Amino acid sequence: MRRTFVKTLVGAAVVAVFSSIAFAQSGKAVKIGLLATLEGPFAAGGADGMRGAELAIKERGGVVAGRKIELIKASSDAKPDVAVNATRKLVEQDKVDIMVGPLSGGEGIAVKEYSKTQPGVTFINGSSGAQATTLVNPSPNFFRFNTEGAQWMFGLGKAALDKGYKRVMVIAEDYAFPYSQVQGFMAEYCRLGGKVPVKAWVPLGGKDYSSVIARVPKDVDALVVVLGGADAVNFLNQYEAAGGDKPMVGGSITVSQDVLNYKGKRRDSLVGTIAGSPIADAYDGADFKKFVAAYQKAYPVSSGAYPSPSLFALVYYINMKAALDGLEAVKGDLSDGHKKYRQALSTMTLKTPTGNVKLDQNRQAIGSTFITEVVKDSKGNLYNRVLRKVDGIDQMLGMKPSEFKMGSRDEPNCP
Amino acid sequence: MSAARWRTAMNSGAGRAAMRGQTAAVALPRPGEAAISFPNLARHIGARHVVVLALLLVFPWVASPFVTYQVGAQALALGLIALSLTFLGGFGGMISLAQMTVAGIAGYTLAIFGPVGASDAGVSLGWPWWLALAMAIVMATAAAAFIGWLSVRTEGIYTIMITLAVGVAFYYLCLQNYAVFNGFQGFQRVNPPQLFGINWRTPVPYYYLALFWALAGYFFVKYLLRTPFGIALQGIRDNPRRMNALGFNVTAHRIAAYAVAGVIAAVGGVLLVWYNGLITPGSVGTSWMINILIIAVLGGMRHPIGAFLGAIVFVLLQTFAIDLIDRERYNLVIGVVFLAIVLFSPDGLLGWWAPIRSKLTRNSSVQSTPTGGNR
Repeated sequence: MRRTFVKTLVGAAVVAVFSSIAFAQSGKAVKIGLLATLEGPFAAGGADGMRGAELAIKERGGVVAGRKIELIKASSDAKPDVAVNATRKLVEQDKVDIMVGPLSGGEGIAVKEYSKTQPGVTFINGSSGAQATTLVNPSPNFFRFNTEGAQWMFGLGKAALDKGYKRVMVIAEDYAFPYSQVQGFMAEYCRLGGKVPVKAWVPLGGKDYSSVIARVPKDVDALVVVLGGADAVNFLNQYEAAGGDKPMVGGSITVSQDVLNYKGKRRDSLVGTIAGSPIADAYDGADFKKFVAAYQKAYPVSSGAYPSPSLFALVYYINMKAALDGLEAVKGDLSDGHKKYRQALSTMTLKTPTGNVKLDQNRQAIGSTFITEVVKDSKGNLYNRVLRKVDGIDQMLGMKPSEFKMGSRDEPNCP
Repeated sequence: MSAARWRTAMNSGAGRAAMRGQTAAVALPRPGEAAISFPNLARHIGARHVVVLALLLVFPWVASPFVTYQVGAQALALGLIALSLTFLGGFGGMISLAQMTVAGIAGYTLAIFGPVGASDAGVSLGWPWWLALAMAIVMATAAAAFIGWLSVRTEGIYTIMITLAVGVAFYYLCLQNYAVFNGFQGFQRVNPPQLFGINWRTPVPYYYLALFWALAGYFFVKYLLRTPFGIALQGIRDNPRRMNALGFNVTAHRIAAYAVAGVIAAVGGVLLVWYNGLITPGSVGTSWMINILIIAVLGGMRHPIGAFLGAIVFVLLQTFAIDLIDRERYNLVIGVVFLAIVLFSPDGLLGWWAPIRSKLTRNSSVQSTPTGGNR
């Protein structure tokens, strides 16, 4: 039997050796961890986010302030606990200096909480867009250079009133992101005198909208539809079948290509649908065109990339660019617990493809958004035209911090 | 009960009668060990127990804090939940997918009643931690007994289906209920209490906390399997009709087994929520429900230690597979390893241990103990 114990001992020793790998930190290269979702519902978006972040590194030739950039990637499946596990590996095992990620809202809040336990590492958001990340218990070493769900919709309220929609009904999915989106719309819309008599919250991935359609009041001028791609198409089909004819106002992920490719009889009624989004394919700013060209050159469609960069690619690009521009500004100096670096991040004006971004006191971006409108081109295809670009939107949506409340089912309210 | 038949066939020697094989499958490895009493407890603790225990105790001082926490402690917490499934499946013949749900109910109860720093909405009642903890264990055990009551009359694949349905229903309840479960966002900052001036969330204290409860769960299951209840349960696994004819209440035994497994899963669930520091619907989703099954099967269901072996392999793969291969393909490594283990050893990692052990025993000529019909 003795040999059995020896075997056990050897086995355990192997485990112990396995555990003490790593610790090899070179003095020169700066290690950046990158986290996106390569599994689960946002796998395609996560892959494009990684492309965006890599593009920012490629632009600098893989070198920042004379230091080589060593990129270490990790993946999650859009679950907060998985995201924190992956982040912990990058920070504690791979010893990254700077951490970029994660992708989705729930993950962002969890990684922000984790960042408080790692004061020696600077965390920069990926593309997560929950309001609470920077509004509730912000972390001193978590920075977000992208605007979030509510900011993306700001400016749409005025656009809706300009179109003559004085009363609207809201139809949105029942979770945090649509709450933010609806708030971004209503904050301005209600202030300027618009009315929202009915809000219908539907389950994510719901198939049957008949009860919602039955609740659409006769006297509303339009429907604000904040549904994801497939849900939006399902809703459109059923609304058409029920004989509905109200015009639409869309959320940031509603009027996607699936909706524009919609083949129903009401196709033409989609023309004129307005929406708010941080990215607009048809935007003709010089920096944006340059960004799109660089993306298309680096990632041809044949390699699995999109014909034009997605929201995730743009936002990851912006955040990674912020991380690198900050390093450049302090000449790669990460001494003293990243003190100078964080100072630089907090105060710099970041040049992004869609305009300049600055951070507020919670280290949240103050940036731009686009109001788009669906139009028909000469071949009869539908596409999103940029109606207006709104700059300098902060997280308070133009309210005083004292009167600001985070979006929920009942907030804001103007029946 | 194809699983039981299969096990019977594995255990019985060639040409042995089926009856003989069934007795062998019951965990009564050596004659004269029917029950553990304290005077002869020492006889059960062999040198290998001491060595393994010593290694487990020394581990956090050798490994980095990251490995201690994310690999060591996480494997212990997940192993404890998988242990509850091993107990149910391996010794009760009931494969329940809802063990993660039970663990999640414990975690959610702790978050809902306990002192959570959840100013970001959700109702946390802020009870003292020990009361919330007791509540969590009680609620989860009650839920487990309820799940057992629902599913005991089914067998095999139908048990899996009904427990899967319960688990998915709970997932959607958490996802869509905002008043109690805080929906999509769940609860953040569910941390262990500061006790004896120690922050139990830091790697080394947390590791020992998890180790203590993992060992407690392991020895509890080992002990339980030798009690009359455990023996009866294994009898029911092998032939419920015969046990019924002998006067045992099969349904009551099975429900009791679910409740006992519920206690173990609840402790694991509390450890896991403290490990993550958060609980969201994703923590009780189908992928985690199936992961627990994978862990149990990977390690082997014939012995309680299998759950922990499976958990170690699972956590190591989850953590380090991404370093081995292209980032988009690393799930392939995980899948291939799982497949290889299950393909080459239908009894999980434990299936590899048995031949090694018998070889070693044969080599040491001094030891020629009669091992009964078992192996």
